Amino acid sequence: MSGESSAGGPRSYDVLIVGAGQAGVQTAMSLRQGGFSGSIAIVDAENELPYERPPLSKAYLRGDAEVGEFRFRSADYWTKNSIDLISGMTVESVDVEAHEVLTGVGLRIGYSHLVWAAGGRARRLTVPGADLSGVFSLRNHADAERLRGSLVGARNAVIIGGGYIGLEAAAALVQRGVSVTVIEVQERLLARVTCAAVSDFYSDLHRASGTTVLLSSGVEQILGEHDHVAGVQLSDGQILPADLVIVGVGLIPNVEPLAAAGVVCSNGVEVDGDCRTSVPHIFAVGDCANYKSPFAGGIRVRLESVPNAVEHGKAVASAILSTPNEGMTPPWFWSHQFDTRLQTVGLQAGHDEAILRGEPGQSKFSVIYLRGGRVVALDCINSIADFAQGKLLVAQGTPATAEELADTSIQLKSLTTKVP
Amino acid sequence: MTQITYVSVDDTEHTVNATDGESLMRAALQNDVPGIVGECGGELTCGTCHIYVSNEWSDRVAPQSEGERELLSMMDDVRPESRLACQIRVHPDMHGFTSRISDHQ
Repeated sequence: MSGESSAGGPRSYDVLIVGAGQAGVQTAMSLRQGGFSGSIAIVDAENELPYERPPLSKAYLRGDAEVGEFRFRSADYWTKNSIDLISGMTVESVDVEAHEVLTGVGLRIGYSHLVWAAGGRARRLTVPGADLSGVFSLRNHADAERLRGSLVGARNAVIIGGGYIGLEAAAALVQRGVSVTVIEVQERLLARVTCAAVSDFYSDLHRASGTTVLLSSGVEQILGEHDHVAGVQLSDGQILPADLVIVGVGLIPNVEPLAAAGVVCSNGVEVDGDCRTSVPHIFAVGDCANYKSPFAGGIRVRLESVPNAVEHGKAVASAILSTPNEGMTPPWFWSHQFDTRLQTVGLQAGHDEAILRGEPGQSKFSVIYLRGGRVVALDCINSIADFAQGKLLVAQGTPATAEELADTSIQLKSLTTKVP
Repeated sequence: MTQITYVSVDDTEHTVNATDGESLMRAALQNDVPGIVGECGGELTCGTCHIYVSNEWSDRVAPQSEGERELLSMMDDVRPESRLACQIRVHPDMHGFTSRISDHQ
């Protein structure tokens, strides 16, 4: 059952997973759940039991939860299920011929199947001052711990990037009494992922909580005093005082060791519907993998979300176990800021019509996206019924008219009875 | 700590000592109770912590919110006693609380 990990001997596993985030952990759990009896190990750079990331920018940052409350499984689980956790090690290279990886500390680990679940790293700014102390990214527990520690006594925070991470952090900081300014280079928040109506709703939400939201604003440099951040200078010359800065400007997928080994990568590792890469016996899953999604008209997408990671983990387990792949469900995602819950299903990129359903002024509405007259995505704000029912519409690509979608007296699920 | 029992689809009973204040979903995950997934972490988004709470216990826990009702209404195998485990917080009056895990997560 276990690998050949006798003292001094070479280590080798039937399934070696690189990365203990959602996708890597799901792969291991689904394999055991499916009755896989071979050896499994997860190698991870962090030195702790695997945990969920979403609470880091929400409850953890607010001080309402500790990491021990959102670990995937207890410490016993891994032992009982014979899943070896090899912590505190990064994988530096992959030898495709020898079927082994080389870690940063010089350990070689062999594999029959390699599952690359290495996620990504926070994109950094290149402006002067980006390396000052007090400038944070938010990706893992260590980041969140340092950031949360810096909030004690902090008065002013500047958040660079008006995406989900930046906005969730903004909400958490405001709730801790810190004065926050969000700087977004685009003309609206969440510009890459949603429509103007939803963007405007979020600007209003954050402004109403006292946050300053600056749109179409670039950062010239981060100013420091004694190597610690003291302010942020914008492109227009304006200087904002800051005790800390959070940079939330996207994620760079960790693919370099695989790319160097000859695995085809573009924006992430290219995989098929079973998460197989271009090299036999190597899979890639989660944030670092891109695949042709039927929900994006067959173009390659790389999604950074928990449900995507879970689906990938299950797909790999099915491929290794030679059981049927359950198939793809529409991608979904959520974000929680203050008491506002955004739930989104489907992929809105490439839509040609966006229908407003409900009243943004009442903080309860949805936007339904159509392509060629069929529903491809929904953004639902405090509208769980629309989200739950809208999943079906996206899954079926239901044709619908603007009139019926905008009519809140019509339940969305009643539209699914029409034959697409 | 409050004693909580989860009954699996195959009638196996899993009794755990849950921390007061945490949700029934978290208590299940922390104690490796199979069948409760909790994919969205308690955000009322996934419906993968579907349990059945008998009448005997249902009035000892907080009632369903509108959101929980809306999400449950679209799930498979929903019954009047359906609940989402992430929405129920453990408290000392729940000692001996028993629920059945739905086959449809």
